[in-house]
Amino acid sequence: MGTLPLVELVDITKHFGKVIALAGVSLTVNTGEVLCLLGDNGAGKSTLIKALSGVHQPTSGKILIEGRQVSFDSPRDAQKLGIATVYQDLAMISLMSIRRNFFMGREPMRRIGPLRVFDFKFADKITRQEMIKIGIDIRDPNQAVGTLSGGERQTVAIARAVYFGAKILILDEPTSALGVRQTSMVLKYTHAVKQKGLGVIFITHNVRHAYAVGDRFTILNRGATLGTYTKGEISIDELQTLMAGGKELEDLSAELEGVM
Amino acid sequence: MSDVVEPPDAVAPTPPNENTAHSQTDERVKKISNWRQALIRPELGGICGTILVLIFFFAIARDSGMFDADGIMNWATVSAQFIIIAVGACLLMIAGEFDLSVGSMIGFSGTIMAIASVHLGWPMWVSILFTFACALALGWVNGILVIRTGLPSFIVTLAFLYIFRGLTIWLSIIFTRRTIIGGVKKAAEGDWLAPLFGGTLGDGLCRWLAKVGIMGTYADGSPLISGIPALIFWALGLLVVTQYLLRKTRFGNWIFASGGDAQAASYMGVPVKRVKIILFMFTAFCATIFATCQVMEFGSASADRGVLKEFEAIISVVIGGALLTGGYGSVVGAALGALIFGVVQQGLYFAGVESSLFRVFLGVILLIAVIFNNYIRRIITGER
Repeated sequence: MGTLPLVELVDITKHFGKVIALAGVSLTVNTGEVLCLLGDNGAGKSTLIKALSGVHQPTSGKILIEGRQVSFDSPRDAQKLGIATVYQDLAMISLMSIRRNFFMGREPMRRIGPLRVFDFKFADKITRQEMIKIGIDIRDPNQAVGTLSGGERQTVAIARAVYFGAKILILDEPTSALGVRQTSMVLKYTHAVKQKGLGVIFITHNVRHAYAVGDRFTILNRGATLGTYTKGEISIDELQTLMAGGKELEDLSAELEGVM
Repeated sequence: MSDVVEPPDAVAPTPPNENTAHSQTDERVKKISNWRQALIRPELGGICGTILVLIFFFAIARDSGMFDADGIMNWATVSAQFIIIAVGACLLMIAGEFDLSVGSMIGFSGTIMAIASVHLGWPMWVSILFTFACALALGWVNGILVIRTGLPSFIVTLAFLYIFRGLTIWLSIIFTRRTIIGGVKKAAEGDWLAPLFGGTLGDGLCRWLAKVGIMGTYADGSPLISGIPALIFWALGLLVVTQYLLRKTRFGNWIFASGGDAQAASYMGVPVKRVKIILFMFTAFCATIFATCQVMEFGSASADRGVLKEFEAIISVVIGGALLTGGYGSVVGAALGALIFGVVQQGLYFAGVESSLFRVFLGVILLIAVIFNNYIRRIITGER
């Protein structure tokens, strides 16, 4: 239809001193699509994501949001343009209540005379409503986040991003520390978010998780793109091979077979 | 957890197409028992401790005059001193930082104020405002160094513990050739700002209470207490303001977030650095209120004032249920911790117990508080 992609990264590079973390990465994400960013440790996934979410400024390259070139000085700038990032360990603060977490940095306020106070009633209502939507409905919003399971934390963090109007959702290894059921909870919810029309960037090194939710797959290796494939084009095994540096793994398995 | 539990409002209706198995959710929301809910409130230890020490001293020191009007005023004033520095330390600790320079700041502020007013002859109110400005600036320096270097605030403010103390003695000797500067009372005479720190309130009420016989009198017929010192109002005022700030405002949420996980908070747009710097300035501000009240009361400043006060503040805060690691705590708890501190310190004196035992008591109660808090933290975060 000729619509512009939601996000377009063009030839992004990032140097940390002498280290070249990103050596020219390009990718696009469209609305209603999950792009999986695959790569081994040190491939540059995190750096790329930090560039897109405003934590780092890229050394060179362009970021386009709906065709318009942008640059961010802080995560807040990125948030304002609808880019929300959910980090694996940093999604929520476990000592704080769910409602305080949900509205962290965007507290709803209400006036009492000259004073402006945190509107807990509103916060409770929204938090509970959003939790019910994702099926966590037996928790009090006033409970500490520590009482939620890992999967629940991730999904509540995603729900928070959606509630605050994110257009682009970046999920940084959302499943890497989770068990099977928790993982499926997060994957299911990721799928639901996509169907709402958000563009999702799903970072993982687990090919099976990626294949379960992804529409397209971009593989990073040593700070560069190895290629982008749609789901129809590539099988899960091919993806795995590509990501793990292909040949080496085949050699290894041949070697191991010899041992066994 | 740390929130005040508000009355449950109507639950948003579950969409009808959802699994109906758990559509009636209200009952199940209340899964945590009241007991547990109470247990994880940070003030619990402080409340129990306060009741216990009051009962204890009522039992052993009732006849000593500890619970007469002047006795109560005695330990209430001491407690109020602890409260003033504890609220500052409390907010800062919840935000994940320490300030070990509080005690030195007390000595520093008092000395600066006395040098300015007595030695340089500035009007008292100018000296007071100047001192507050200096203290805020130094608090800012503390904060900015912690933020910029990324070093633990423990180390940075430990350095300032020595720097401020050294500067205080040096300045005092340079200007006045001594380390105790008297004559502040005279300098403060007729000043409009000084009574705000050194005055008393409710003098008429006290005279009336003495006249109708509710309060005892001295031999000359003057009431046992002539009025309530400004210090106590400062303590209560700071307590109310900080409690409101922490619980009810956006800034309060930022304080919890900054201490709970600074990186997660800043990714969510919380200005963690600004929050921390402001709180370093606030502890310096509290230290200066303490110093000003003390200078006005004694009419003098001394370069060795406030020694060990930083630890007493931290102990109060910890007894009050705050975690040393930040992200959790309560100002009311810290104030109760300060009250326990004041009651025990003065109570042992009233009871005629060897006062060195006070330190033993402090050490023991500190250990108990930390162990208890750690246990509570594991309950909250679900760690094992």
